[in-house]
Amino acid sequence: MRAFEDQSVRAFRSGLAGGYLHVYTGMEATAIGWLSSRQPDDPIITAYRDHAHALYLGIDPVVCMAEIMGRAKGTSKGKGGSMHLYSADHHFYGGWGIVGGHTALGAGLGFAIKYKGGNQVAHCFLGDGAANAGVFFEVMNMASLWDLPVIFIIENNEFAMGTRLEFHAADPEMHKRAEGFNMHHERIDGMDVIDVRRDAQRIISNVRETSRPALIEVMNYRYAGHGAADNDQTLYRSQQEVELAWKRDPVHRLANLLTEQYGVNKQILEKIQREAEEEMEGVYDEAAASPKPEPDEVYSDVYTDMQPERGH
Amino acid sequence: MVEEIERDENVFLIGEDIGRYQGTFRVTQGLFERFKQHRVLDTPISEPGIVGIATGAAMMGLRPIVEMMTMSFSILALDQIINHAAKIHYMSGGQFKVPIVIRGPGGAANQLSAQHSHSMEGWYAHVPGLKVVAPSTVEDAYGMLKTAVRDDNPVIFTENPGLYSLKGEIPDDKEFTLPFGKCAIRHEGSDITLVGYSRMTHVCAEAAEALDQDGVSAEVIDVRSLLPLDAETIFASVRKTNRALVVYEDWKSGGFGAEIAARIQESCFDYLDAPVGRVGGLNVPMPYARNLELMCIPNKEDVLAAARQLLA
Repeated sequence: MRAFEDQSVRAFRSGLAGGYLHVYTGMEATAIGWLSSRQPDDPIITAYRDHAHALYLGIDPVVCMAEIMGRAKGTSKGKGGSMHLYSADHHFYGGWGIVGGHTALGAGLGFAIKYKGGNQVAHCFLGDGAANAGVFFEVMNMASLWDLPVIFIIENNEFAMGTRLEFHAADPEMHKRAEGFNMHHERIDGMDVIDVRRDAQRIISNVRETSRPALIEVMNYRYAGHGAADNDQTLYRSQQEVELAWKRDPVHRLANLLTEQYGVNKQILEKIQREAEEEMEGVYDEAAASPKPEPDEVYSDVYTDMQPERGH
Repeated sequence: MVEEIERDENVFLIGEDIGRYQGTFRVTQGLFERFKQHRVLDTPISEPGIVGIATGAAMMGLRPIVEMMTMSFSILALDQIINHAAKIHYMSGGQFKVPIVIRGPGGAANQLSAQHSHSMEGWYAHVPGLKVVAPSTVEDAYGMLKTAVRDDNPVIFTENPGLYSLKGEIPDDKEFTLPFGKCAIRHEGSDITLVGYSRMTHVCAEAAEALDQDGVSAEVIDVRSLLPLDAETIFASVRKTNRALVVYEDWKSGGFGAEIAARIQESCFDYLDAPVGRVGGLNVPMPYARNLELMCIPNKEDVLAAARQLLA
């Protein structure tokens, strides 16, 4: 996952990926820990920092990278891009670019589960910035009012783009927003994958049993900028702050746990890391070599059953 | 709607005051008692949330019919409609579809004033990914609503409140549907083509009768489906009559009638004996005073004046 994100940034810097690209570097423990506790047919939805979720859910990294590079074999045939990865087969509902907007869809996934009488739980990830969007409050109300089995997971990496948590949230303990809607809420640490997994198991099984929604605020930190084009991070945080945060790197934390508590040989871990990096380089190359979409593709999929007006 | 609810268990109604209150224009009268909360759901006042939840539910296979109390209130939900519902099939490369119907009264009623009197169909017909229909007769409303519910794309179904009191026959056949993308010729003629939709179809029909008295034979075309648009029927008529007048209730500048007019002059230039005329609503916020309000909405006299100018 870390290696994949490094390659996506490489794609951006080489001009093979354009527009907006938001990597998950530093936050891996959150997605992995949480999603490892899901039921396989739980629907998952997130915003645009979505590569990690897509990969964890099992979508072929070549297909993801191809999408990021706008190629025909991408998840959306090249028509979505980095912010819009989807896979119906993997119950992954994307991949959305309007901050907070997708939370209504997340509640809708919970609505459909309840309507059809299933036992799935909908997992709706959002950022701390998104938790300020008006529609999010609307759907927290409805989720609680109608007992929708949806968990809203705020990935609080302490920045809404370039705006620090204390400058954008009247109460920085964002999980408390659920209080006014009679919804269960808690704040957990998101930098340790084992802790996240354990908390997630407890919370998810509760939601599944009671069909009552929950708002979970997961505290983590992103080492990269907001997006790949975020060139001058010193505008909103100091280099020292970032360096200090690297000490909490979830990848190293897991590595230390394995070597210290489980006696795993360091060389094995180094080998795994090297192999991951090589594999992701291979993914980059394979995606970069794959063809672009055919021109006629521009008109397909606007509708399920007809074409739009064609031509200029 | 009753027939579609009975036919397909995935169909349900969602909107404000549609259940216990019987609906503000009584469109859903009696349905709550019959189908209960599971199929007829009253919501809090949260347009973006309502449309977003419906969209998410549709992505998981349900077929919501969303009532907007008035289409003016759909403005609140524009982001969910345009940025989410209309986009997902394309952005996902065809993986997810959104079979929702967003229906409600659009256009002026009686002194509802500026915020409650919008004609939104032109805004929506501008957006690739949406289908937009505006029926003008009882039979059309019946057949097209059934088509809308069975359509796998997001459909904006706009009803003019001035037409709610119309009475008419509907076929006995529960499988009766009317396809989109087909105009209806309401009055045959050979001297001038009057193109209208929704309430303006009736205004054009009245004008055609008056023109009959003058010995002028007007052809009245009811567009009824804005997107997809059956331009060919309009062109065939103009090639026959050599004069065209497009009538629409929406603000004249930039309303959908302007698009129709542009297409007519593009495709029928050599057949035209006069410029393509337009009659639209006055370019002002809808005033409250009844005499001013009536000035804003195109009426028979406005159409006759414009038609006579083209015929001169």
